[in-house]
Amino acid sequence: MSIPKIVTSRLGFDDSFTMDRYIKTGGYQALRKALKAKPEEIREEVTTSNLLGRGGAGFETGRKWSMLRPNPVRYLVVNGDESEPATFKDRMLIERDPHQLVEGTLIAAYAIQATQAFIFIRGEFALGLERVINAVNEAYEYGAIGENIFGSGFSIDLVVHPGAGAYICGEETALIESLEGKRGFPRIKPPFFPAAIGLYGDPTVVNNVETMSNMPWIVNNGGAAFASLGEGRSTGTRLFALSGHVNQPGNYEVEMSKSTFRDLIYNPEYGGGVRRNNQVKAIIPGGASAPWFGPDQLDLALDQDAVAKAGSMLGSGSIIVMDEETCMVRAAWRIARFFHRESCGQCTPCREGSGWIDRIMRRIEDGYGREEDLDLLMDACDNIAPGVSWPPAQTTICVLGPSIPSSVAWSIRMFRDEYLIHIKEGGCPFR
Amino acid sequence: MARFTTENLEKASEIISLYPEPRSALIPLCHLAQAQDGWLTPEAIGQIADLIGLSPAEVKGTASFYDMFHTEQVGEYLVGVCTNISCMLGGAYELLEHCEDRLGIRCGQTTKDGKFTLEEMECMAGCDGPPCVTVNYRYFLGLDNSKFDQLVDDLESGRLDEEVPKHGTVFRNARQGGLRANKGEGQTK
Amino acid sequence: MSDSSEKFNISIDGIECEANAGELIITACDNAGVHIPRFCYHPRMKPVGMCRMCLVEVSGPRGMSLAPSCYLQVAPGMEIVTDSEKVKKAQDGVLEFLLINHPLDCPVCDKGGECPLQDQTLAYGPGESRFVESKRHWAKPIPLSDLILLDRERCIQCGRCIRFAEEIAGDPMIDFMSRGETIEVNIFEENKFTSYYSGNTVQICPVGALTATPYRFASRPWDLEQVESTCMSCANGCRMVVQSSQDKLIRNLGIDSDPVNQSWLCDKGRFGFTANQSDLRVTVPLASNEEVSWKSAIDFVADAIKQAVDSTGPESVAIIGGSRLTNEDAYCWSKFARSVIGTDSVDAQLGDGLAPELVLGLPKATIDQACKAPLVVLVGPDIREEAPILFLRLKDAATNGQTKLIEVTPNATSLSKYATQSLFHRPGEQHVVISALVSPQELKPPTQGAPIQPVAGVDVDDITLARKLIQENKDAVFIVGRPSMADSEEILTESVSQVVANMSEAKFLTLLRRANTHGALDSGLAPGCLPGRTTLDLGKEHFTKIWGKVPATKGSSCTEILQKASRSELKVLILLGADPIKDFPSKKLALSAINSDTKIVSITAHMNDSAKLSDVVLPATMFGEKAGTTTNFEGRVSSLGKKVTAPGQSWDDWAIAVTLAMRLGGDLGFNSLEDISEEMEKYVPLYRNLKPHIWESSAQKDGIVLPITGESVKPRWIDPIATPGISSLTHHRVALRDSNDNTLELDTGKTSEFQVLRFEPHQGDLKIPTLDAYSLRLMAPRRLYDAGTHDGPASATEELPSILNLNHYDLDRIGASTGDRVKVVSSTGEHVSKVALDDSIAKGTALIWFNLKANGDEIGASDLIGVGELVTDIRLEAI
Repeated sequence: MSIPKIVTSRLGFDDSFTMDRYIKTGGYQALRKALKAKPEEIREEVTTSNLLGRGGAGFETGRKWSMLRPNPVRYLVVNGDESEPATFKDRMLIERDPHQLVEGTLIAAYAIQATQAFIFIRGEFALGLERVINAVNEAYEYGAIGENIFGSGFSIDLVVHPGAGAYICGEETALIESLEGKRGFPRIKPPFFPAAIGLYGDPTVVNNVETMSNMPWIVNNGGAAFASLGEGRSTGTRLFALSGHVNQPGNYEVEMSKSTFRDLIYNPEYGGGVRRNNQVKAIIPGGASAPWFGPDQLDLALDQDAVAKAGSMLGSGSIIVMDEETCMVRAAWRIARFFHRESCGQCTPCREGSGWIDRIMRRIEDGYGREEDLDLLMDACDNIAPGVSWPPAQTTICVLGPSIPSSVAWSIRMFRDEYLIHIKEGGCPFR
Repeated sequence: MARFTTENLEKASEIISLYPEPRSALIPLCHLAQAQDGWLTPEAIGQIADLIGLSPAEVKGTASFYDMFHTEQVGEYLVGVCTNISCMLGGAYELLEHCEDRLGIRCGQTTKDGKFTLEEMECMAGCDGPPCVTVNYRYFLGLDNSKFDQLVDDLESGRLDEEVPKHGTVFRNARQGGLRANKGEGQTK
Repeated sequence: MSDSSEKFNISIDGIECEANAGELIITACDNAGVHIPRFCYHPRMKPVGMCRMCLVEVSGPRGMSLAPSCYLQVAPGMEIVTDSEKVKKAQDGVLEFLLINHPLDCPVCDKGGECPLQDQTLAYGPGESRFVESKRHWAKPIPLSDLILLDRERCIQCGRCIRFAEEIAGDPMIDFMSRGETIEVNIFEENKFTSYYSGNTVQICPVGALTATPYRFASRPWDLEQVESTCMSCANGCRMVVQSSQDKLIRNLGIDSDPVNQSWLCDKGRFGFTANQSDLRVTVPLASNEEVSWKSAIDFVADAIKQAVDSTGPESVAIIGGSRLTNEDAYCWSKFARSVIGTDSVDAQLGDGLAPELVLGLPKATIDQACKAPLVVLVGPDIREEAPILFLRLKDAATNGQTKLIEVTPNATSLSKYATQSLFHRPGEQHVVISALVSPQELKPPTQGAPIQPVAGVDVDDITLARKLIQENKDAVFIVGRPSMADSEEILTESVSQVVANMSEAKFLTLLRRANTHGALDSGLAPGCLPGRTTLDLGKEHFTKIWGKVPATKGSSCTEILQKASRSELKVLILLGADPIKDFPSKKLALSAINSDTKIVSITAHMNDSAKLSDVVLPATMFGEKAGTTTNFEGRVSSLGKKVTAPGQSWDDWAIAVTLAMRLGGDLGFNSLEDISEEMEKYVPLYRNLKPHIWESSAQKDGIVLPITGESVKPRWIDPIATPGISSLTHHRVALRDSNDNTLELDTGKTSEFQVLRFEPHQGDLKIPTLDAYSLRLMAPRRLYDAGTHDGPASATEELPSILNLNHYDLDRIGASTGDRVKVVSSTGEHVSKVALDDSIAKGTALIWFNLKANGDEIGASDLIGVGELVTDIRLEAI
């Protein structure tokens, strides 16, 4: 059996984003089919598929839906605020197959009987916004959105909401705050689990773009077909965003659990190997906040639980490859700097700690480090994420806090000598 | 300048009507104001505050949380160079240095003629073509120094006018019509 | 936070204790005496869990984890650990993070010495900083207003000030700007932080980021002395700490008195102490504006009184004022007037207040009762302008509680946006609206099927809705006050009559403006009244026994006194801290009275317009310079603290009365303040049990509502960050306690010594003139900051011009536009005034704020208002 392309099937066409192409390739059939079924039947299919959320936390979509508090008003919010460093899969889905996203969203809205749906698109995705706005306009024309969709008696409106540039809004409660027109300050959980107290205080499901893009296929082919792909809890296919020192950076849809990091990096269909045939020095799976892996972990399967067991995460599905010519201090510093720039400013440890760690890291990279800085860094990390372990504990409201230490602490743990060389030689040996 | 045009004022009330609560329109309205004026003027902030029932301090406070909103004038072209991890591995800092030289400004500054503002960006999800450069959020991937120079020339000469609107305009289309299903009445009847 | 009575056990640091359902962990720990460090948490505001200082270990489904104790509520069986290594490490970490960018300018910082950040650092922090990078820099203090300065380098981004402005005051003029490390508190452009409540942000700031100009660099905390007192800026009676340095008042801090001000103060009260140091203080006795000795001044006044009494009888001597006195002062002056002079012409109010029978004779509601009532009906003014803290309490009740609010006012008020219904009526016709709301008959059309006409300008549908709400809530609390100086107090009395006649369960909160008007009236400083909320008739026998004599007949009111003076029928007029020229609604009469042959004696702390024209001016002590008690508009008595020595030769008001009495051959029997309070306690049933020393017990710090009912009172909560040196009271007070904190047995005494005054509904027959098509009905409401001399720095608010404000329709009709000068004709004559456009004002009405400083060619409201008229109608003509 060949492995199907579930979310990227249409991307070979230049006009993959048009209504025309979408209809020609079976578009909106899944929505018609779903609307003929009962909402609970759709929910059942999704539960059977065991689709894990593709945003980063990897929570079972069906279970998330089932936790929704009963209430006359409930919202569906699609998280298209993709800003995780080295993650660029959602942008592709948004720009290249917006109708698939819209159809998936409508299916999910029907399944959870939402009263209104929002697609929150990262503000910087100018083209993506234009494409999704067009898709929604076309879907209205087509009768897929609005009153009494396809004569089913189901009505829903779908509003495309532009973000405005803040990484933290990818965090679901910050996204809700932002959608309410406030600054993206994450809310405290408990009690603010969106399923209980979400948008405007009403129960809300927040799902990722890729998660939604899987919906049409699951409805068309059944949850069982989806679950038959992959292994264990990691079912279906997944888009991996591969970047860094590979010959062919890009998004690759692969079956879950069946490939390894090595496959993804070296397979000529995917990464095509490391630049200049260099050796891999370290990889960062799952986004900037994930603990790093060394070359000894490359044969780990692309499986959510396997990666978690090995001490990191698949997270947002991004994989950053760094070769032997890479300065680990500089790489870790740049990630620390990112969190510093993106801290929302609400919690003291994150607001102040991120800036401090950024400055110390920069000082070491620039050759002004002191040996005691390493202990200081580890202790500052410990004050943000007590224990600096995985999964992390935190002294902050949201997980941006404990994300700050990851790159710093794991690079120190894995490449302490490299830090010491910076300190002893008074500069970066790679420059 | 500044106060919404009649046409935009209509758009503004349509945007507000899409949301269960008016405050939700804050970000879209700030985008609308920037599309009109190129930046978020104090007058626009005051007007948005009136439209959604907040104080101007609250609107400015919220807007200034977001990188895309500029409460001070910026260039016609906001050139963003991503230096985050993947782009850094792909030579972004080296390119950024060249950008500063080419434009004659430092990061965060605007050229004297008001044409270009240069910014160091965080990850723009263009990691498959590092370094990722955006101009008013339009992507130009895999640039080297000479391609960047060419880009600047093209922007200056107007050859990219079709592709790259002036700063402030993010999306050039709009939702057609207001809400088609009433707020809070979406469930199957 | 919650009133739920459910209790269960939790453990704090291994010790079992009881907690209340709905309570925050930090509150449970506070109650158990376990202190958790904190910065962003404030007991009166919604928690945000931002600063992370209060992290403790809490048991949960996944074992013990760090959680913000200010945010999480207790749960049955919850284990809380506040002293583990893990907790200490987390808290120390937060402290270090807060300090890395915090400047080391403690030696020059006003907060130094009372700074929670400094204290925490000293107690738990490391000796040395591990931070070698350069600190974040901001331009040093920037003005948020003329009063409040912000040093962003010192700010720890706890958001207390921002949350206060939005959540408590409803003035979101400050907010966080930017994001992350560069997040800062700021205003929008030039829009200053002109909230009436701005000073609270300084008090609750946990560091020295926010400072107020009057205290900047004025003192160090260790040089401060302090005493608890009650604010006398208005009649709300907010509890405060009065602080001094080197015998000079220097700062007031709000105290968290649960039934009254719940820790907040308005800026007028907070900065009111600057009036003590005003250049306008009168410090020596003056005769014909020349300094004289006390002896000759007393001789002059006593001789004048004696001559008057001897030649034209005691009623040719009159006293106006008393609302700025203490209760003891007021009692003493009441006794002096009645028993020594023999006059009943005493009036604490200046024709700008409420009929005494309303204040003394209505069934009363406390602020707490109003805020817990299902329905509050506001009949009168904009409460924020009259009693700013009552506004906060009502706003809170309307937004966070179950209280619905109906307002019956001439135009929009600060509460309008929180009100369930606002009925804006034609000025002077309030009683017509009230009648439509409370009378048993529903509105009917004049003829079958015809439309029902609006009632006094109020839409019938609005009346119907409000009426329904009132009929469903017969136990509503009515807050009644004067909406405007341009219409007569009889209108409000008529409205109240309607309510009392139709709603026997209704309770009232009578809104008085000046601090101790209630206390003065309680002491009998009103014609026909005697101490203890009784009348001359009902109390005559009793007071004749204890005072020797009381006048036979009712004397004159303020208006009548002024009329008598202007007709030269009065020989001596004593102004007891009163300035009729500024405060009496009709300036023409006040001026002619003061300028008449009558000998004017002004007993005042400040030189004012009336004092300038007085024959004798006697310097009096003021707030902060004298002890005693005061009574707020609830009828709540609370203590005043004496903190500084009065300047120059100022005397307490009671001492002036005693000396004058002596000189006139009478002996009031008072040698000290205690003598007065003892007599009050002994002979006036209202004051029974209020022995002088009970105020020394902490149990009475929040005051006692008279008459004493022994009702239970909530424990007093103090935010340790905002009120250094003032401690919380954790016990529930049920009854009075003596100075050793033992419960006092209430002496119920003989309750039938005399009957107290009861308000009897009048048979309403007010004839409000019909407003003709060429006239405008005038509104003259009061602002918090007016031209009175008692005010502190009013810079927190914009100064308004004293001009007529009209709707565009009326402006167009006379062909005028903003800034034009027009001719104004009222019953007082022809005037010229500037006009301005204000479309919030209804067609056919005009608004001029009462008692604003009239600059240049501006006129004052009191120039237009006549005497003895129910309403003020004016005509405008273009010039």
